[in-house]
Amino acid sequence: MSYSSQREAAAQLTRRSLFGRGAAGLGLAALSGLLDKDLGGASSAAAAVGEALPGLPHFPPKAKRVVYLFQNGAPTHVDLYDYKPMLRQWQGKQLPAELLGDKRFSTMTGGQQDKPALAEITEFRQHGESGAWVSSFLPEIAGIADDLCFVKSMHTEAVNHAPAITFFLTGSEMPGRPSMGSWLSYGLGDQAKNMPEFVVMTSRDQEASCGQIFYDFYWSSGFLPSRYQGVKFRGSGDPVLYITNPDGVSREMRRGILDDLAKLNGLQLDAIGDPEIATRISQYEMAYQMQASVPELVDFSDEPQHILDRYGPDVKRQGSFAYNCLIARRLIERDVRFVQLMHAGWDQHRNLNTQLKIQCRDTDAPSAALVRDLKERGLLDDTLVIWGGEFGRTPFLQGKIEETQTWGRDHHPYGFTVWMAGGGIQPGISYGATDEFGFNAVENKVHVHDFQATVLHLLGIDHTRLTHRFQGRQFRLTDVHGRVVKEILKG
Amino acid sequence: MVASAPRNRPPFSVLLAVGCVWFVACIVTAADARAETPVDFAREIRPILSEQCFHCHGPDAGVRQADLRLDTPDGAATMITAGDRHASELFRRLISSDPAELMPPPDSNRRLTPAQVESLGRWIDQGAKWQEHWAFSPLVRPELPGGAEEQASGAIDRFARAVWAAEGIEGSEPASPEARLRRVTLDLTGLPPTLEDLDAFLADPSKEAYERAVERLLQSPAFGERMAWDWLDAARYADSNGYQGDGERTMWPWRDWVVDAFNRNLPFDQFTLWQVAGDQLPDATFEQRLASGFFRNHMINGEGGRIAEENRIEYVFDMTETLGTVWLGLTLNCCRCHDHKFDPLTQADYYSLFAFFNQTPITGGGGNPQTPPVLEVPAESQRLEIDRLQQELAAVRERLAERSKVLEAEQPTWEQEWLAKLDQPGAWKPLLPTAYAAEGQDFTLLEDGSLLSSGANPAQDSYRLTYRPGPMRATGIRLEALRHESMTAGGLARSDSGNFVLTGLEIVVRRPGAEPRKIEIASGEASFEQGGFGIGGVWDNDPSTGWAVYEGKPIDRDHQAVLRFSAPSDVIDGEEWVITLRHESPHAQHNIGRLRLAITEMPQPTLGEAQQESLAAALRMPPDARGDEERKLIRRSQRESDAAHREIAAEVDVVDKRLASVRGGIPKVMIMGDQPERRPTFILQVGAYTKPGAEVSAAVPGFLPDMSEGSPANRLGLARWLIDDRQPLMARVVVNRFWQSLFGIGLVKTPEDFGVQGEIPRHRELLDWLAADFRDSGWDVKRLMRQIVISEVYQQSSRVTPETHERDPENRLLAHGPRRRLPAWMIRDQALAIGGLLVPKLGGQPVNGYQPAGIWEEATFGNKRYQQDTGEALYRRTLYTFWRRIVAPTMLFDNATRQTCTVSPFLTNTPLHALTTLNDTTYVEAARGMSQRVLAERARLLGANADGAVTAEASVLDAAAADRAALAWGFRLATARQPRDAEVEILLGRLAILREQFSAAADAANAFLAIGESPRDAAWEPGEQAAWAAVCSLILNLDETITKP
Repeated sequence: MSYSSQREAAAQLTRRSLFGRGAAGLGLAALSGLLDKDLGGASSAAAAVGEALPGLPHFPPKAKRVVYLFQNGAPTHVDLYDYKPMLRQWQGKQLPAELLGDKRFSTMTGGQQDKPALAEITEFRQHGESGAWVSSFLPEIAGIADDLCFVKSMHTEAVNHAPAITFFLTGSEMPGRPSMGSWLSYGLGDQAKNMPEFVVMTSRDQEASCGQIFYDFYWSSGFLPSRYQGVKFRGSGDPVLYITNPDGVSREMRRGILDDLAKLNGLQLDAIGDPEIATRISQYEMAYQMQASVPELVDFSDEPQHILDRYGPDVKRQGSFAYNCLIARRLIERDVRFVQLMHAGWDQHRNLNTQLKIQCRDTDAPSAALVRDLKERGLLDDTLVIWGGEFGRTPFLQGKIEETQTWGRDHHPYGFTVWMAGGGIQPGISYGATDEFGFNAVENKVHVHDFQATVLHLLGIDHTRLTHRFQGRQFRLTDVHGRVVKEILKG
Repeated sequence: MVASAPRNRPPFSVLLAVGCVWFVACIVTAADARAETPVDFAREIRPILSEQCFHCHGPDAGVRQADLRLDTPDGAATMITAGDRHASELFRRLISSDPAELMPPPDSNRRLTPAQVESLGRWIDQGAKWQEHWAFSPLVRPELPGGAEEQASGAIDRFARAVWAAEGIEGSEPASPEARLRRVTLDLTGLPPTLEDLDAFLADPSKEAYERAVERLLQSPAFGERMAWDWLDAARYADSNGYQGDGERTMWPWRDWVVDAFNRNLPFDQFTLWQVAGDQLPDATFEQRLASGFFRNHMINGEGGRIAEENRIEYVFDMTETLGTVWLGLTLNCCRCHDHKFDPLTQADYYSLFAFFNQTPITGGGGNPQTPPVLEVPAESQRLEIDRLQQELAAVRERLAERSKVLEAEQPTWEQEWLAKLDQPGAWKPLLPTAYAAEGQDFTLLEDGSLLSSGANPAQDSYRLTYRPGPMRATGIRLEALRHESMTAGGLARSDSGNFVLTGLEIVVRRPGAEPRKIEIASGEASFEQGGFGIGGVWDNDPSTGWAVYEGKPIDRDHQAVLRFSAPSDVIDGEEWVITLRHESPHAQHNIGRLRLAITEMPQPTLGEAQQESLAAALRMPPDARGDEERKLIRRSQRESDAAHREIAAEVDVVDKRLASVRGGIPKVMIMGDQPERRPTFILQVGAYTKPGAEVSAAVPGFLPDMSEGSPANRLGLARWLIDDRQPLMARVVVNRFWQSLFGIGLVKTPEDFGVQGEIPRHRELLDWLAADFRDSGWDVKRLMRQIVISEVYQQSSRVTPETHERDPENRLLAHGPRRRLPAWMIRDQALAIGGLLVPKLGGQPVNGYQPAGIWEEATFGNKRYQQDTGEALYRRTLYTFWRRIVAPTMLFDNATRQTCTVSPFLTNTPLHALTTLNDTTYVEAARGMSQRVLAERARLLGANADGAVTAEASVLDAAAADRAALAWGFRLATARQPRDAEVEILLGRLAILREQFSAAADAANAFLAIGESPRDAAWEPGEQAAWAAVCSLILNLDETITKP
């Protein structure tokens, strides 16, 4: 035994005896509980922080975790999921005036006089026993159609990206409200194993045609304490900021330094009595645990080749959608509650014919692989997967009908499709419908707040009762709206 | 006993019947015991009514039920029989067993607790006395509590003691002198005390010495920097727009103004007046206009497709609500869509305030980060540079004019020469190749002299063409790219689009017996340049740039380019020109398919054949017959053909550009300014810009005092109203925030909400007294800060016991000192100071410190590249760090995002914070800097110089004692106090282990010490220093170090 390892052993002893002795002190009970758990090699943070709010969940949850595959830029529902043969018949003809009304569109087409119908540029076929219509651009998603629930009557209020995305994720068009993942961490407490409760990853199309910025208010905790904000895993370099020890500092050194830091902080806790110190000790310990668990998370060497193949050729490229989907599965396996995976590049204003296919190719296999993997591991039963954008795209053309290379579709909030799978959602169904042009949601309309209420419901939360008081009023994700869409829940 | 008499009225029999015997018994006994205690309407009753009733029976007429208001005394009186709860309909409804009658309705998710029901009952029994909401009532200075024996104490302590007495508790003992000095130094400057400051204070820790220290801190320039931070959070100050594009702005002179205003103690009423309406003050000074930049700090949305008016309205919302939060403590944003649910604010009130800000000329279009109105704020150096360049420009222009005079004299000769030249047939002489080859393709020489490629179609190709131009004075060549049917869609190349990318063209002259010589190309022009593919790309020796001509449609015309030589090249007989054309772009098969070259002697060859012809025509005209056009053309052509004139003109151009660039670098601060015509303001239904309702005019909320008579209905009037002594909110709201900056929590815990839903302060009289005193003192900020920090309340020990924590976890009663983790920015500033790295330079443009690679790039899709600064910029205070709004500086793990106005602090305690202070370059470097200071101290204690030479002094310590003393010295640097023995033992043990670990790993030690750009002091042996630096990092991460004591 070297001198230093003898000293380490002595330090360990001191550490244990310190917390044994100090258990009578304020906050030390929780603290020693934490460290015992850590010594046992399990658990996350102290019980003092990270507990569920009283009374939550309100009822037994169907889903314990969520993966939200957010498709920034707004996928075109009429080309991918919402098959409307009528558009073919009207190809190039002005859409009926009563459909358009005085609806507003973005300035991209707000001033465009002609609004000619544009049929799908893909081919639709029915798939699975459910007979769901899915575009030929999405063969892998089509292959899991019987696991999915297509909500085809979504509608929203905003016509521009940032407000619409913010609306979906926080319930308000303006930045500043907590996002869905923050609400869940806040309400339900901690469950992840040495991981943050709410993880965000972003990617974009390889062609870099029309990216949208990923604003940090998409995963902000708003007025909730900022410990509930999403932790952004980065697409290059260290996945978590500052996760790597400085050059020259080994894990062994860091362990020793943190042990002594905990001891010194423990002495201070005894002297001052501020329970915040106990939390601080536990958070430093959690940081140490993450320094091991995060590299292990992103190490794919234990993934068999056939699994990697499912996610497609980009799976090993950090920052790609495929890579993020596999990380998402691995996070779910570590019980992370909310994985928000955002992929930009669906904003085909002028490049429908050139870009959509690439976009689908990049996202199709990884999305389906994630659902398949979760299902095979028995995790889909209590994991909700959501796939969708902030609005849809116009059934009419942006551009000139004779210039096929620059065909596009504008933003369209009046009717679009998202799909969900697992976590208490009825598989193999379609719910709601748009009119025969794919223009307005008309049957069983689902508003963004309804969607949010439903997600919370699946996690065992009554959306009207998860509130936080700020600026003198009780706020909630669904503002004062929202209806749980019971029809899509498993019986 | 009013409460017990009617206990047998019918409703209760129902209650009894449903088994609430225990409940009723409680009410009755409690009522008997406490009926005499007066109920405090403001603290006990209004919060219940507000939370439980106002939603449907409050100020919002839009949702009001049964036409009943419970937010006004008149409304409530209709439901209450004062003095008798059981005769009151209001009370009956609270306890009704009939779900149809019970209030709040069972399906509302609102429920009164039995204690709340009882409070209301007692209040009614005691006469149902109504009071105006405390914060809206006039601000009157309360009487100081306590008797004569209290005279010596300050107001803060007297008010606090009165509350403690009522609560039956006592305050804490004073904190140690070390803790007090560290606390007040951090609070007033954001920096730790130096050991010298500390030793001086410990030598004389008297009240007077403390007050002298406070005075010194208030006079320090660091005071303004510290005070500015919270103001910048409130002002949502950032160095970029936010949103897509996120253009960089130059608002930092406004930031420097804020620092300066705090430092010279600009009275807060003026501070307010200038920021709200500095531009509208009579004879507004430069500084007053600069101050009005406050409201322009909002985000600007440059996202494509945004509707300008929608943006504009958002900006005005932001300004209105920021005013509400910062100066009024009112949550206005509810009223965008409807009347306020709780406060007496109508939607019309909201849009009347909005109208004050609705007058700027800003349209909302575009994302210009310097959208006018702007104020140019040149630095002194910029002013000098502009003066210098203007002089230089005048001098060069003078020379140009002289040369022009010479040319004028020479004009007749020049005209003759040129006419002769232009009259020669064919200004462009076709070049026929004597040899030609491509690396990949075959060439055919067509009859028109063009070369046509065929055969293989490689992804990239290079052509090598040989010509013999024959004797001449060559000034340029022309390259024609010609269409051919064998090309894609009859275009210019066999690529997917028929387009080409020419990435290089090189001319080498070969004469027998001479070294080959390259001809330099100076400039050129082309018939069309595709975006990003300019003609300049062919001679810049960069294969990644090139010339292409795709016009967004199938190629439907030929193209040509002219390349001008740097100097005319005299061609002799037998001379060969080898011209190489390269196509090395990633765009496959973009090789020119058919091309032809020509050569010229024209002094300024251009594409414009037409221009040459018109010049010839002009020259042929007799001078008298020439019009303006012709004279200009001739003069211009002559000048352009003259090398000397060209050279001077180029110099003018260079100086001009330098001048423009210096001018462009002058920060332009966006400020306020109203357009001449009043823009009408409408109530926007549900806050939608597309749904204007009734028109309103600029006015302050009706429930607050009016603007004074004759006040203008503009921002100036609004600003004067804010600082009017009769206005009850501003002083309270502002004093509360200053209190919060010292105690972590305001006297009102909700600094953004002083409305009825906001917290009713337990120390309300103290707040009112301080606010009134602040106002009456002439809004003297330093005086207020001094008052607070010299109070005994502020100087208490922050130690808590389980009992005190249990009773008052947030220290709302102020029974102990404020112990709070430092804000992230202060932790960094402190680390720089302790590490001896801090550069205390005031103001100036923002700096980019250390940041992990790729943060901006990832957030902006590579549009924004992070260029880290070097040198002293790395060690400036965090206040000066460039704030990119869409991705704030990463080391600030829990600051306000600066996207919207933020006045409440939020501190977190997360692993991410720990990772930052353990691993971020700044902190590792600070630990190294600190280790150098500690090692120097250790050497001093050993009686040695840094290089180990023992000094002559006697009575030195041995190595072990020096370790111990040096550790204690470092510990004091960080925490201000001497470590306890147990603490020293732990640190010594760690030091020993680290010494062993680093001495066994020299590479690790060197790597660790190489972090950060400041040079390492090589005097210290790396293994030894690394061990100390690691211990210093530990000390910098102590909870105590990052926490205000």
